[in-house]
Amino acid sequence: MTRDKNEYIIDDITSNYHVKGEAWTMGIIDVKVNHKTVRLSVDGERVLLWVLRTDLGLTGTKYGCGQGHCGACTVLVNGKAVRSCRIPVRMVEGQEILTIEGLTQNGILHPLQQAFVEYDALQCGFCTSGMIMNAYSLLKDNPQPSDSDIIRGMDHNLCRCTSYVRIVKAVRSAARSMKSGRRE
Amino acid sequence: MMEDKPQHVEFGNAVIDYPINRRDFIKVAGGGIIIFFSAGILPAQERAPRRSPAGQDLPTDFNAFLRVGADGRVSCFTGKVELGQGAVTSLAQMLADELDVALDSVDMVMGDTDLCPWDMGTFGSRSIRFFGPPLREAAAMARSILLAMAAEQLGIPVSRLTVKDGVVSDKKDDRKQVTYALLTQGKIIEKHLPAKPPLKKVSEFKIMGKSCKRTDSLQKVTGQTLYAGDIRLPDMLYAKILRPPVHGAKLKTVDTSALKNNPELLVVELPDMIAVLHKYPDVAEKALLNVKAEFDIPGSDLDNKTIHNHLLAVAPKTGEVISEGGNLEQGERLATKTFEETYADYYVAHAAIETHTATAKIDGDSVTVWPSTQTPFPAKESIAQALGIPARKVRIIMPFVGGGFGGKSFHLQAIEAARLTKLTGRPVQVMWSRAEEFFYDTFRPAAVVKIRSGLDDAGRIVFWKYDVYYAGPRGAEQIYAVPHHRETAYIHYTGMPGAHPFATGAWRAPGNNTNTFARESQIDIMAAKLGEDPLTFRMKNLGDKRMQNTLKAAAAAFQWQGAKAPSGRGYGVACAMDAGTCVVTMAEVDVSRTNGEIKVKRLVCAQDMGIVINPAGAILQMEGGLTMGLGYALTEEVGFKGGQILNTNFDTYKIPRFSWLPEIETILVENNDLPPQGGGEPPITCVGAVIANAAFDATGVRLFQMPMTPVRVKEALTKIKSEK
Repeated sequence: MTRDKNEYIIDDITSNYHVKGEAWTMGIIDVKVNHKTVRLSVDGERVLLWVLRTDLGLTGTKYGCGQGHCGACTVLVNGKAVRSCRIPVRMVEGQEILTIEGLTQNGILHPLQQAFVEYDALQCGFCTSGMIMNAYSLLKDNPQPSDSDIIRGMDHNLCRCTSYVRIVKAVRSAARSMKSGRRE
Repeated sequence: MMEDKPQHVEFGNAVIDYPINRRDFIKVAGGGIIIFFSAGILPAQERAPRRSPAGQDLPTDFNAFLRVGADGRVSCFTGKVELGQGAVTSLAQMLADELDVALDSVDMVMGDTDLCPWDMGTFGSRSIRFFGPPLREAAAMARSILLAMAAEQLGIPVSRLTVKDGVVSDKKDDRKQVTYALLTQGKIIEKHLPAKPPLKKVSEFKIMGKSCKRTDSLQKVTGQTLYAGDIRLPDMLYAKILRPPVHGAKLKTVDTSALKNNPELLVVELPDMIAVLHKYPDVAEKALLNVKAEFDIPGSDLDNKTIHNHLLAVAPKTGEVISEGGNLEQGERLATKTFEETYADYYVAHAAIETHTATAKIDGDSVTVWPSTQTPFPAKESIAQALGIPARKVRIIMPFVGGGFGGKSFHLQAIEAARLTKLTGRPVQVMWSRAEEFFYDTFRPAAVVKIRSGLDDAGRIVFWKYDVYYAGPRGAEQIYAVPHHRETAYIHYTGMPGAHPFATGAWRAPGNNTNTFARESQIDIMAAKLGEDPLTFRMKNLGDKRMQNTLKAAAAAFQWQGAKAPSGRGYGVACAMDAGTCVVTMAEVDVSRTNGEIKVKRLVCAQDMGIVINPAGAILQMEGGLTMGLGYALTEEVGFKGGQILNTNFDTYKIPRFSWLPEIETILVENNDLPPQGGGEPPITCVGAVIANAAFDATGVRLFQMPMTPVRVKEALTKIKSEK
């Protein structure tokens, strides 16, 4: 079994996470979500994905499998792609979370979003947020990836429709336009 | 034809009835299935009368299809829904071109049952093919009337007028102009024409036939698109429903007392539904773990190993003849070589990334539901039946759908959400977990195909006896010029009582993947026996010029060099007809003799799909279908033991990934003499067959079962070795 970097991150963050047997305890958790500080009054054991989607109304992040296999729920925690369906919200206290809704700044699309539009790199669009957030993390670590770097880095994000060919092209193109200095 | 409906599905200790046509109903009832409902949920006298979907017609008034707003924007109303296939773009192109308005001035209103013309559902690659023509007619009609109105207003004869982007102007003096918006002022157009105006010829197309980028991309890349699970309503509750561990299990005892102390939870207990509701879905899910339930589990020995023998044993002796010609006995006498083979495949899941989801609310006696479904109008009827209210009290508003592939023709989750909103009086969202999705999926059925065929001395196919069990007739029709043939289908893909241990249904190009795998494998077996190049053999035995042209186009792009198989190169070819489209796929594969793994290196696909409305959209569907097809060909197989589904997530149920990507090339064969044909399903049909044929070319080993897993490939390789 080979495990990619993302899986290690998930394991690291969720190492203290136990689903069963814990009492529900309400607490105050401060996090930064999409560049804004948010104070959550929440049971720290609740799942980040559902806190984002319900408490904060950030529905761009999707539920696909609930076990970290598909990547539809991918968000960035301190710049790293993580599977929000596997993380209790207490684990992100004081951290910076970026979701798809936070990627567009002042109405300007991120080069990745622009490239996904440009290459028609989506069909139903349900995996798209996770794809873009995972690609964001990938390009941060490796600003000039080869196609095989992209394929390896994206391999744990699933698209059933499936737009893989286009997504590889879009990520490659976004890397080029980011290199030319348009935006991080 | 209503093809894509599951007939029934087990649900706890009840069986939920589905809108099915009369013939199917009698068949099911006659088969001994008892259909019943929990008392109090559905009084029999309040059941809406069954309406045969085939009896429904599209409206004749063009106003039902479109409306020019006071701001000049044009709303297009369609019962079709956007699943990712791109109808949101291609239907808009058809309307915009025929009406002469800018594409970006069209707003698509899809699948709203209060606003849109009735539609049986989005499946079968039918949107452009069958909804397209009436939509274009409606737009052409509206354009003619708007021109007549403009002529009256400007005092200029219609013959002197021209339209661009919704502005009608005088050809001689473009200062004399009036907009559609001004003419209609947002009102329904009352005038009508006695005769239908002609549709635009291909040479007159301005927007159709041109590649357009998806019009839904911007909202999808920013996370703004609303799917069924993204609907938020005040006071909404998320419901989690107790599920049986296996199909056919009956609830014996249930104890929800552990939840009684939590005032935030709402618990619904019905004979056929135990649900826990909370304002947070993850809390509801955790709470459901504390419900204690015991089930009576039926015994069943059926599993992946025994399923095919079981299916053949219970199959009826007579089937439905799909196509027929000549006389089989005479054909057998003409044959100098005969071939008899059996092909089989297993259950396959739809596995859309969005699970079945629905949000529902009740206002007085009216219910509104936002479901992820391919069938909004049938869902409206099912919900009305389940709630015992008239259908006019139910409105379906379609959000975007996160993939369907046939699986979302089935809308149990919408009924669940509607029932729970009625029971609780609060808005309710039901979002199935991935395990529920695998459990209630209407799988593509396991199927068996038996073929007996023969060649004469000239190497022509002289007879072909084809029997397909459980996959259904699509793709079983004879496509080769065979003088003596009969194709028979036994049992539709929706199955019959006593056959499958769970529900089965339509799966992208239903039946055709199985039928094409069997047919095209058999063709290759005959070609190999003759020592003839598989492409040459096909060209010789095909009578259809369209298919021959498509083969030539694929061969040119692939740079196919004729050779008898096995050549060791790992080249394969397969062709199919699906939804009116000619498909040819060629492949290059590597087969590992050590671990049995097939690696698809290259796929070339050519299609003649008649007039192409959006070439970019068609190519996107081709790439998508080819890539998705790798799954059913190589790995996808639902494991089960009796009524238990062994796959509950993507860790064991393996769908295609980035790392599987072959090099893909797509070709659209120009054919503007033919109206637009299907696009969403055809490209997936040849993938299994072409890989099987390429694997044979690589190894000399024939694979008779899909998926062609490493284990099966190794078994086949070992068998050949031991036979030698």
